[in-house]
Amino acid sequence: MLHIKCPYCGLRSQNEFSYGGDATVKRPELNKEVSDQDWDNFVYLRKSPKGKHLELWQHISGCRQWIKVERDTLTHEIFKTLKATEEV
Amino acid sequence: MPENFRLDKGGLINRDKKISFKFNGKKYFGYEGDTLASALIANGVHLVGRSFKYHRPRGFFGAGVDEPYAIVQMTRNNEIDPNVRATEQELFEGLEAKSVNCWPNVDFDIGAINNFLGKFFPAGFYYKTFMWPKSFWYKVYEPIIRKAAGFGAASIKHDKEKYEHKYEYCDLLITGSGPSGLASAYAAAQNGAKVILAEDKPRFGGSLLTSEVTIGNKSGKEWSEEMIFNLKSMPNVIVKNRSQVFGYYDHNMLVMSERVSDHLPTTDKYIPKQRLWYIRAKEVVISSGSIERPLVFGNNDTPGVMLSSAAKEYLKVYGVLVGKKPIIFTNNDSGYETALEFKKNKIEPIVLDTRKDTNSEIIKEAKELNINIKFSYVVVAAKGYKKVKSADIARISDDKKSIEKIENIKCDCICVSGFWTPTIHLASQSGNKTKFNEEIDAFIPSQSKQNETTLGSANGVFTLEETLKTSFSKGEELSKKITNKDNKITVPTVVEKKSSNHDKFWCVPLPEGKNYKRFLDFQNDVSVSDIHLALREGYRSIEHVKRYTTLGMATDQGKTSNLNGLQLVSDVENKLVPQVGHTTFRPPYTPVSIGAIVGREIGKHSKPTRKSPMHYWHEKNNAVFVDAGVWLRPRYYKQGNENLFEASKREAKNVRQNVGVCDVTTLGKIDIKGPDSAEFLNRVYTNAWLKLPIGKARYGVMLREDGIVMDDGTTTRISENHYHMTTTTAQAANVLSHLEYYLQLVWPELNVNVVSSTEQWAGAAIAGPKSRNVLQKLFPDLDVSNQGLPFMGYMEGNLFGVNAKIFRISFSGELAYEVNVESDNGNFMWEKIMEIGKEFNIQPYGTEALSTLRIEMGHVAGSELDGRTIPYDNSLEGLVSKKKDFIGKRSLSKKAYIEPDRQKVVGVVPLDKKTSIPEGSYIVKDANAKLPNPKLGHVSASCWSVEYDNPFSLAIIKNGKNMIGQKLFALSPLKNKTIPVEIVSSHYVDPKGERVRS
Repeated sequence: MLHIKCPYCGLRSQNEFSYGGDATVKRPELNKEVSDQDWDNFVYLRKSPKGKHLELWQHISGCRQWIKVERDTLTHEIFKTLKATEEV
Repeated sequence: MPENFRLDKGGLINRDKKISFKFNGKKYFGYEGDTLASALIANGVHLVGRSFKYHRPRGFFGAGVDEPYAIVQMTRNNEIDPNVRATEQELFEGLEAKSVNCWPNVDFDIGAINNFLGKFFPAGFYYKTFMWPKSFWYKVYEPIIRKAAGFGAASIKHDKEKYEHKYEYCDLLITGSGPSGLASAYAAAQNGAKVILAEDKPRFGGSLLTSEVTIGNKSGKEWSEEMIFNLKSMPNVIVKNRSQVFGYYDHNMLVMSERVSDHLPTTDKYIPKQRLWYIRAKEVVISSGSIERPLVFGNNDTPGVMLSSAAKEYLKVYGVLVGKKPIIFTNNDSGYETALEFKKNKIEPIVLDTRKDTNSEIIKEAKELNINIKFSYVVVAAKGYKKVKSADIARISDDKKSIEKIENIKCDCICVSGFWTPTIHLASQSGNKTKFNEEIDAFIPSQSKQNETTLGSANGVFTLEETLKTSFSKGEELSKKITNKDNKITVPTVVEKKSSNHDKFWCVPLPEGKNYKRFLDFQNDVSVSDIHLALREGYRSIEHVKRYTTLGMATDQGKTSNLNGLQLVSDVENKLVPQVGHTTFRPPYTPVSIGAIVGREIGKHSKPTRKSPMHYWHEKNNAVFVDAGVWLRPRYYKQGNENLFEASKREAKNVRQNVGVCDVTTLGKIDIKGPDSAEFLNRVYTNAWLKLPIGKARYGVMLREDGIVMDDGTTTRISENHYHMTTTTAQAANVLSHLEYYLQLVWPELNVNVVSSTEQWAGAAIAGPKSRNVLQKLFPDLDVSNQGLPFMGYMEGNLFGVNAKIFRISFSGELAYEVNVESDNGNFMWEKIMEIGKEFNIQPYGTEALSTLRIEMGHVAGSELDGRTIPYDNSLEGLVSKKKDFIGKRSLSKKAYIEPDRQKVVGVVPLDKKTSIPEGSYIVKDANAKLPNPKLGHVSASCWSVEYDNPFSLAIIKNGKNMIGQKLFALSPLKNKTIPVEIVSSHYVDPKGERVRS
C-alpha cells in the first residue's frame, strides 16, 4: 500500500485517497472551437507510461484536496507531491 | 500399547503437564509445549495424510512452516479449521484433528488407486485428458475433479471467531528471532529505535534452540533467552511470537499474522483468534533463516523420510525420536549434527555421506564416537509403504553418474540433508533483485529496491560468528540513521564447529530397470519424470514449467521444492541455474486465514450503515427496509398481511388520491457558496443558471465530459451567493468530487466553495392533491397558495419552533413539497406531519411506491441514467442549452449521439394489461426470430400503474421517438417470458404536467 505525502496533511496511507488519472491533461477552454480529434484526445486518450507519471489523487477521506503525485508506475516510487495549482 | 518414542528427559516441553488429544478419532497423550506433529511422532504415528494426486501415504517431512505433508483438519472452539499444519499447531487439551485428502480413511484410501494408474496422470494431465468430448466438462469431469481436489473442507457455517486488524509504525521491523534477528534488534533498540521483533514460532531463538554453540559464556539457547528478556524490558521494543510476517508490499508496508489464540482450546472474551498487523517500517531486517533442502531418491516421500534438521528439532525441542534405527543421508556437515544428537541419546545412526571421505571438526567427532559413516554412499530408494522399513543403498561413482551394487539395510527413518536454502521470499517480494550464489547453490538477496536488509542464513551466511558480527553492526547502522544515536556493542566470542564444503550432488540416479518415483514437490506430487516430460514437450520458461507441472504451487509454495526443481531444469537444459532463474515469490509466505484478512469487517461492519433521523419511527411503524447504497430506506410500510406489491400499491394510490409522506433525507445535498456560484452551476449543468431568481429552484442535469448523464437533481438559490444542490442518493459522493475537481483543478479562478450538507438536513416529501392542506397547517403563518408558493418556489418557515426550508418540487408528479429541517429535528418534523396529516388520510410511503409514482409519470432515475445514456435518450434534450458551453457539451455532437434513430425512453404496456414485464427484458420486433434475436432496447423499470391499474414499464429503445403505437414483444429469456406489448409515451400519467402546477 502506497504512502502518499499530502501537501496539506502530510504522509498518509493510500486508502485515504482516490485515484484521478493523468494530471497533465488540460481541459480545452470553454466556448472555444475544438476539433473532434482534440476533444477525443482530451476525453479518452491517455498514455500509460512505464516509469514516471504525473497523476491526480484526491485526499477523499482527508482534506478533500485534489493533489498531483509524481509516481513511477513500475516501482511505485513517489518522487514528489504537489498542490493542484503547482507545476512540477 | 503403542511404542513410545519420547525420550525420558530433554527437550523444552513441560513434562509436568500432560495433555490428551484426538487424531482420527483415537486418543493420545502429549505434553504442554508439543506441536501436534511432535506429539504424534512421540506416539509412533507417522501416517497423517494422503498425497494430492496419487494418494500415496504421507507423514511428516519438516518441523515448521516448510511442512508439505502434515496438513490436518482441526476442530477448535467448535469451529472447523481446515489445512492446519500439524508441525505448527501447538497441542492443547482436547485438540481434535483428522487427516485430509483420503476416503474412507487414511489407512485405507480408495484414491490410492491413482498411484497405480500413475502413468495416466502425467504432468499437465488435466489439460490433456479432459479436453474432449466438450460436453463432458460440465457434467462429468468438472464435478469429479472438484470432489477429488483440495485438502481440508472449509466450514459452510458462519465463523463465530473474532479477528482483528492492527496498524503499527516502527523504525525497524525484524522478521525472525534467530541469531541475526536478536543481534540486530538488540543493537537497534540500544540506539533508541522503535523495534518490532516478530517470531513465527512459539519459542524465540531460531536455530539457537537446536545448535551446539557457545556465545560468550552461555549456550546458544541461554544467550537467546537473555536477549529476549532484555528486549522485552525495553519500552521501545515490541516482541511478538506466533507471528508470521507474510507479505512485503509497497512503501515498506508489511503484513503480519499473529496467531493469538490458536494454541489455546478456546478464545477468551475480548481477545481475537488471530490478529493481522499492518506495519509501516522505516527499515526492515529480514532474518528469516534458511530451510534445509531435500535430497532426491526413489520413494523419497515414504513416511519416515524427513529433513535431518527436523529430526534434530524433534529431538532437542520436543524430546522425541523420529525413529530408533535412523539413516542420515547427507551431502554436507549438517547431517552429522543430527547423527550426534541420536548418538547422545543412545541411538545408533548410520550416516551415508555422498562425499568422498573428508574430515572436518564434526566429522572427526562422529568418527571418534564410532558412528557408522559410509562415504560415497547414497540411498537409492526407500522401502515400505506406510512407513519406511528399509533402504536400498549403494556406493556411488566419483562422477556421481552410476551406482554400484545395491544393498538393503533395515531402518525406520531416513533423515535427509541436501544443504540449505536461504528464505528470501520477503526480500524478493519487496522487489529485491536476487542473485545466484554458486558457493551455496542458492539464490540470495542482492540489490534492494525498498529499505530492506537481509542478514544471517537468509543471506547465505552460515557461520554464527559472521552472522552475529554483521547483525550487530547492521542493527547499529540502520538505527543510527533514524535516531542519530551510536551505541557500540561488543560482539561476544563465539565457539562453533567449522564446516567442510558441501557436495553439489542432490539427485540419485535411478538404478537400471527401476522407475521409482523421485519427488521434487511433495505436496503437489511433482516428480523428476514430470519435469522431464514438461521439458520434452517444449516448456522452457521456469514459469511455464511451474504452471504445467504445478511444481511449487501448493500451500507450502515450494519451500522445499523450488531449488531442486530449478537444479533439475538447469541440468536437463544444460544451463546454469541463474539462467533458468526462479519463479516470482508472491505473498503470502504462509497461508493466511480468510478470517484474519477480513478482520472485523463482516456482516453489518463490512460497510457503514446510514440511517435517517426518522429511522426509528419507520421501524416502529412496520417499515421493511432496503439498502440504498449505504443507507437503509423504508421500502414499504407493512399493514396486516400485506406483501410488497399490495403495500406499495396502497401507498402509491394514496399519494395520487390523498397525500403521502416519504423520507428523502438520503438525497445528496451540497451547499454552494461564493460570488461565482451561478457561473459555476452554469458550467456544470446543461441548462441555463445565470438568471435563476433568489427563492427559486430549478431542475438540472449534469454530464460527464463524454456526454453521458452523470446525475440530475434540483438546485435552489437560497440567497444572492448561496445555493442548495440536491443529488441522487447514489451519486452524492461522486458529484461532490466532480465539483471539487473542476473548482480546484480546471477553474481555480472561480470563487466558489462546496461542502456536503447531506447529513445536516432531514427531509420529508409531502406529495398528493391534499399536500397543500397539510403544508398550510404545518405553517399557518405562510402563504402557501399556488401564487404564494408556486411550482419550483422556495421559502423558509417556522415549523412549531423549528427552522424549516420548504421547496415546492415533485418527483411523484403530484402537487408536492419537500420540507427540510436540521437533522436533530427530523423526527419531530415527521411526527408533526403525521399528526397534522391524519385528517387528510396521510400515509407514509416507501421507495417502492416512490418508484411506481415516478415510473408512471415517466420521470427518469438511476435505472435510465445508467452511465450509458445521454440527455436525448432520456428525453431531457429540452434541458440542453444550445447557447452556452458546459461540461460534456462538445461530446453531444458525436456522430453516434445524433443519429436519427438514436435510442430514446418510451413507455411499454402489455397488450393483455395483466402481465408484468420483468426489468431487463429485451424489446424485439419478432418474438420468433432466429437467435440471437436483434434487440431494439431493454426495459429499464417496471411498475404496476396505480392510475390505470395495469402494468407499465419504461424502456430505452432504438428510434424510440418513432416507435410510439408500435406492437412489439418484451422477451425475458431469464424468466422464460414472451410478452406482446405496445409502445406508448413514457409520460403515461398527466402528460402535460398539470398536477405539479395545480
